Amino acid sequence: MTALLTITILILIAIAIWQMTKIFQLTQVARENSQVATYKDNDFQGKLMYVFLVFIYLITIYSFWAWGDVLLPESASEHGVEYDRLMWISFVLIFFVQTVTQALLHYFSYKYRGLENTKALFYADNDRLEFIWTIIPVIVLAGLILYGLYTWTNIMNIEEDDDSLVVELYAQQFNWKARYAGQDNVLGDANVRFLQDYDGKNLVGIDSSDPNGQDDIVVQELHLPVGRQVIFKMRSQDVLHSAYMPHFRAQMNCVPGMITQFAFVPTKTTEEMRMLPEVAAKVQRINKIRHENSQELIANGEEPLDAYQFDYLLLCNKICGASHYNMQMKIIVESEEDFNKWLAEQATFAEVIQ
Amino acid sequence: MSAEAHDDHGHHHKETFITKYIFSQDHKMIAKQYLITGLFMGIIGIAMSLLFRLQLAWPEQSFGIFSSLLGKWAPDGVMDPNVYLALVTIHGTIMVFFVLTAGLSGTFSNLLIPLQIGARDMASGLLNMISYWLFFLSCVVMLGSLFVEAGPAAAGWTIYPPLSALPQAQPGSGLGMTLWLVSMAIFIASSLLGSLNYIVTVINLRTKGMSMTRLPLTIWAFFVTAIIGVVSFPVLLSAALMLIMDRSFGTSFFLSDIFIQGEVLHYQGGSPVLFEHLFWFLGHPEVYIVLLPALGITSEVLATNARKPIFGYRAMVASILAIAFLSTIVWGHHMFISGMNPFLGSVFTFTTLLIAIPSAVKAFNYITTLWKGNLQFNPGMLFSIGLVSTFISGGLTGIILGDSTLDINVHDTYFVVAHFHLVMGISALYGLFAGVYHWFPKMFGRMMNKNLGYVHFWVTAVCAYGVFFPMHFVGMAGLPRRYYTNTAFPYFDDLADVNVVITIFALIAGAAQLVFLYNFIHSMFYGKRAETNPWRSNTLEWTTPVEHFHGNWAGEIPHVHRWAYDYSKPGHDEDFVPQNIPLKKGEEELNH
Repeated sequence: MTALLTITILILIAIAIWQMTKIFQLTQVARENSQVATYKDNDFQGKLMYVFLVFIYLITIYSFWAWGDVLLPESASEHGVEYDRLMWISFVLIFFVQTVTQALLHYFSYKYRGLENTKALFYADNDRLEFIWTIIPVIVLAGLILYGLYTWTNIMNIEEDDDSLVVELYAQQFNWKARYAGQDNVLGDANVRFLQDYDGKNLVGIDSSDPNGQDDIVVQELHLPVGRQVIFKMRSQDVLHSAYMPHFRAQMNCVPGMITQFAFVPTKTTEEMRMLPEVAAKVQRINKIRHENSQELIANGEEPLDAYQFDYLLLCNKICGASHYNMQMKIIVESEEDFNKWLAEQATFAEVIQ
Repeated sequence: MSAEAHDDHGHHHKETFITKYIFSQDHKMIAKQYLITGLFMGIIGIAMSLLFRLQLAWPEQSFGIFSSLLGKWAPDGVMDPNVYLALVTIHGTIMVFFVLTAGLSGTFSNLLIPLQIGARDMASGLLNMISYWLFFLSCVVMLGSLFVEAGPAAAGWTIYPPLSALPQAQPGSGLGMTLWLVSMAIFIASSLLGSLNYIVTVINLRTKGMSMTRLPLTIWAFFVTAIIGVVSFPVLLSAALMLIMDRSFGTSFFLSDIFIQGEVLHYQGGSPVLFEHLFWFLGHPEVYIVLLPALGITSEVLATNARKPIFGYRAMVASILAIAFLSTIVWGHHMFISGMNPFLGSVFTFTTLLIAIPSAVKAFNYITTLWKGNLQFNPGMLFSIGLVSTFISGGLTGIILGDSTLDINVHDTYFVVAHFHLVMGISALYGLFAGVYHWFPKMFGRMMNKNLGYVHFWVTAVCAYGVFFPMHFVGMAGLPRRYYTNTAFPYFDDLADVNVVITIFALIAGAAQLVFLYNFIHSMFYGKRAETNPWRSNTLEWTTPVEHFHGNWAGEIPHVHRWAYDYSKPGHDEDFVPQNIPLKKGEEELNH
């Protein structure tokens, strides 16, 4: 069926191309065959340039209309608000420049198409004009650079205080683990050398001789308390991975042999995020798609898809091998009490290796 | 070089088939060899992208074409995840290095440097020939790697270790990766020989009167590109050699503390971040190695077809130089979240956004060149205007990616894929097409069919935006690149129809390239015979006869009396004044 469809489409495309060639040919004087553009070509192609400008605008507008709602919902972290603002400013600027320059480019292409009596103006230089369009980008970019660097420094300057929660994100082909520092809020030393200790129960290679590691807690699902700074220490045991948490505007590579870090303050619990109208609408849309797909599966005698509900995601965003596309961990942001309750139920390293 | 000696050598001397068509030392033949090899690689690279686009639009579905092309790597016609990664890796490698570096710069630097500066040939024909054949060899090795048992390299075209260093990490990191590295080492040798030759030729062999300020912008672009290549390619070679050492001889340049497949490896003290630095020290200048020749070609084609001087010649040269200089100090913007010190991130943000300034100058100058022109829409002209359009559309999103803060959340997503495909992929391809349409008469003595050229341009132009504009949305939805499928995340289920739209546009764009190929091959043999100067252009290559012979000019090499852009100059009957025409009495020379 697909093969048939593909062939049909290819044939239709071929016919379309052939027809277009015909149209271009018909616009030309029959006997002329120099293969250099004539006035008629210039006229037609120049007009097409104008049409193309309209096309660029239309595809921009259509994309926003059709796919504007696939974009990430509002940020769920403190610095993310700042991030979104900078993104928004950059986008306004980009759209302004894009709209104006594409208009000039294509309008000039249309306006100055070479017709029978047109002549070009010998105009090679204008220092003032060039100065203007050098200095304007300089000023605009200087503003963007300063704003960007200010935000960057704020995000990346991680200051640990008593209240911060230290969590290790541990990456391996193809899953994530998280390690909490326990009562002492200090992560015990760890190294891949210790991974084989205790019959593989030492999941992230904690050094059992380090007292700080005894109360560490290793889990497969990331829980975070809302409103508290979380400092992530990233490790990888095999290849490069990248811990990407798009809803928090957070990402950092996990590099074998070194510890990298990133920090943010979650501002919305998972429940609150699910209540956001844009998230709720997205979930509804996704479930509609899943329902439609399920009909097909049921018809084929397979299991239908589960209904989807929103959860924060941790994805791997650095190519890491065959199952890179499925290296994920669920993140749950909850109230401080719920978080403490959950954490208390987890086994410490000392308990696990007993 | 003595002109007389070469004249002799020129048309009286009879050449054998082998010295003329295969081991030729004539720059024009070598240019054609580069072009045809590059186009061949391009077909493979683009075909691969269509295969993985099918998988992305209709994930894990069975396609007959998969089982026939991929064989055991697509059991029951369903693409294997390892093969998906191999396809994106080899697609990237082929397009960046083999098509847009060798195919574009190799073709037009070889063709145009001697012809436009007024030289009989390259400074060293022999080195030039060796450079091509090394390139050919590297193509053979790269294509050979597609047929090894465990599959070709699959660690992404950036081949970051440890993934690329450890055969345990993925099947493609075995023999496939070894061949990838060998192929690239040969490619780099080829590129260096070529670049040195271009630099020496431009410096030493310019004809009388061809001062640096009278050079066409094409030559400026090729010259500066060659310099960037010589500065940055050796660094990639060193990285490749160190990676080979790590892989085969147990060193630990890039590896440390690794546990894989139940085993602790012996590597201690190395760092993958070091590799990233070395890779991107070439990798970023490489973007400009790809782009500058395309911009050079555009400058030339745009001015000729606008019948108007290129606007702001000196600013154009200055911006080429500024881009070249800045391109060597921005590599860290690929590594904002690599674990590198955040302060370095600040420095690289600063240098990266600076590069927008000369780029903006170029874009504005192109637009002003069109203003009040007398535009002749030959196919080359369409592609040049198309280049300016995609260069702007793609370049603008660079403002987001170059900003370390904003990069955090779009890094390695489809937003990046959309950005660089527009700004360097599509733009450079347009530059390549503009060059082919414009200099086809010079290369093959025949004209390409303009109507097929128009169809080729319009279908490609619509599809290029059709593919890459929606792709920005996929990235901003948070979908990482190099995912075999996004079905593992219900959160991304609503991206299914965007992916279908992108793939359909990609398939149509692929079909449009067949029109170009047909036009290219058909015109080579049956095209209308070209006149000496079909586009009524000013540069010296159009003063050579249509028939090729070694040595380019039958008599003396023409002397140059003016810059290349005296189009529509008042006081002349024609709307073009070739560079070899002396100034009239009282005529003022202009080269700003």
